[in-house]
Amino acid sequence: MTTTLPQSDELYLDLYRQMVTIRRFEEEAARAYAQGKIGGFLHLYIGQEPIAVGAASILRPDDYLLTTYRDHGMALARGMSPRAAMAELFGKVTGCSKGLGGSMHFFDVEHNMLGGYGIVGGHIPIAAGTAFASKYRGEDRVSIVFFGEGACSIGDFHEGLSLAALWKLPIVFVCENNEYSMGTPMSRTMSVEDVSMKALGYGMARDRFFVEDVFQVREHLAEAVERARTLSEPTLVEIRTYRFRGHSMSDPGKYRTPEELEDRKKKDAVLRARAELADEKGLKEALEKLEAEVEDVIADAVKFAEESPEPGPELLYATTYSGAFAR
Amino acid sequence: MSVMRYREAVRAAMIEEMERDSRVYLVGEEVGHYQGAYKVSEGMLERFGEKRVLDAPITESGFTGISIGAAMVGLRPIVEYMTWNFSAVAFDQILNNAAKLRQMSGGQLSVPIVLRAPNGSAKQVGSQHSHSMEHFYAQIPGLKVLAPATPADAKGLLKTAIRDDNPVLFMESETLYNVKGEVPDDPELLVPMGKANIVRPGKDVSIIAWSRMVHVALEAATELAKEGIEAEVIDVRSLRPLDEQTLVESVTRTHRAVVAHEGWPYGGVGAEIADRLQRLAFDELDAPILRATTLDVPMPYNAKLEQHVIPGVARVLENVRAVLYRS
Repeated sequence: MTTTLPQSDELYLDLYRQMVTIRRFEEEAARAYAQGKIGGFLHLYIGQEPIAVGAASILRPDDYLLTTYRDHGMALARGMSPRAAMAELFGKVTGCSKGLGGSMHFFDVEHNMLGGYGIVGGHIPIAAGTAFASKYRGEDRVSIVFFGEGACSIGDFHEGLSLAALWKLPIVFVCENNEYSMGTPMSRTMSVEDVSMKALGYGMARDRFFVEDVFQVREHLAEAVERARTLSEPTLVEIRTYRFRGHSMSDPGKYRTPEELEDRKKKDAVLRARAELADEKGLKEALEKLEAEVEDVIADAVKFAEESPEPGPELLYATTYSGAFAR
Repeated sequence: MSVMRYREAVRAAMIEEMERDSRVYLVGEEVGHYQGAYKVSEGMLERFGEKRVLDAPITESGFTGISIGAAMVGLRPIVEYMTWNFSAVAFDQILNNAAKLRQMSGGQLSVPIVLRAPNGSAKQVGSQHSHSMEHFYAQIPGLKVLAPATPADAKGLLKTAIRDDNPVLFMESETLYNVKGEVPDDPELLVPMGKANIVRPGKDVSIIAWSRMVHVALEAATELAKEGIEAEVIDVRSLRPLDEQTLVESVTRTHRAVVAHEGWPYGGVGAEIADRLQRLAFDELDAPILRATTLDVPMPYNAKLEQHVIPGVARVLENVRAVLYRS
């Protein structure tokens, strides 16, 4: 693929800032979880940052984005404040979902981050529905939805793709294939290794690549987004990636070897971006300044979350129904 | 006033609301070119075109999810299932997305959607096509459930449902589609949710019913009148929200109640009504509240056995006599 998007140092620094913000956010979330400040499930995005940041950077503000329960990175890349994100993890009323959603259910309608969803594959038709609405209204918005390769076996994945292709919906389906469906390697969950082949049965455009850096993500997804925006046609994009942490905080990751993990960490796109910016582009000073700023932002988010009040029971009934409660 | 059949009343409500609001559309299997599996949507494709009357492939979960997604960003879909039985494969979408999106987004999103279909037993359609699904859905906070018995209520309540900002599940009945009745012509005459209707006043016993069972209860009341027993028949119409007040007032007058509904007895809406009445009108009751329901078995095919399993006039009479201690 030929490079068509700009690649200025300024842009590179900005994308790096976003990636490192997600990573530091997740590391601090893990720490707070270990301290018992965050409850329930916590699925970290560490290792997959170039996908969220690359994708968000080529979307328009009015485009719709939906993702799985591994949703912190997507929300931050989409523009959610780290304060609102961390406060949600802490179950505080200042959180993006008022402390009612939790780690798996980040919502920020202002930024068209339309949710993190906890039922694998269940959000894929929902995302297609947002694209349906755009087409129905004659708008040129695009919807983009993320899911893991673990979602590609369940019915809603297939029904969502089937209907999106049939009705020519402006949507990009992105499979973040991190090779493990919780603790099960893809070789034991799928009869084909190439997830993008599943588009063939629906007559849908497809793309597939092994993620190397954020610019590559931008190039690939820009093409799919353009197809959705100008032709109102869906694309299935498989991005091969890797998560450096377990499926969730309770997962020690015994299903993969330490050697495999170390090998994949050498390909860490965030560290490689840093090395390139510092060594090849000579931007070490700007990097250090940026990283210090990110530390401040994350520390501020944790402090904000800790100091925020909890939601009260009065929120429960008001958020269950629009209008009067139906009892 | 016009005299029309139940199916025509449902159609009239959809047509009027689609004329009024361009965000309303109809989707489902066979709703367009086939003119509706039960001819409820007859003529609507010709009137509104393929954009607003959409034939869907057999993908209940897919088109339910798509419609929930479309509703959450501003459209107002009407989803028709061929019967409520088939909503079982879309249960996850209804439970986890339609009902939950508002609360888990901290109140940022609403899902103004109507799901409608015939419900309950038909004639000898067997075990998998005879479910009374209202009992499953009325349990879920975030949903509203309506079950009109007459053409006038079918029209007036469906219009209210379409204008509501919450997910509303609308239970029709194959056995009621040909029932004729007077229906107001005024397109702004809406029937409010959460209001039961006393369809026959009486002083000796309250028979509480909805949908087809209202007609069965009226037949039973006619029989009872011959014996000098004046039964009050209440058409609940709206199962969630439930009109507690009308039920309590009725039992305060009659001191005895039988809940007559299709569907299994274990934990159903009838059990909920019995619980509320014993809590709210304990001192008024002269007998335990009894329920005349479908027997606690899957529906058999054999015509005589089917009639044995479905609640009919005889079972209502038997229960009424029991609460009057006349059996």
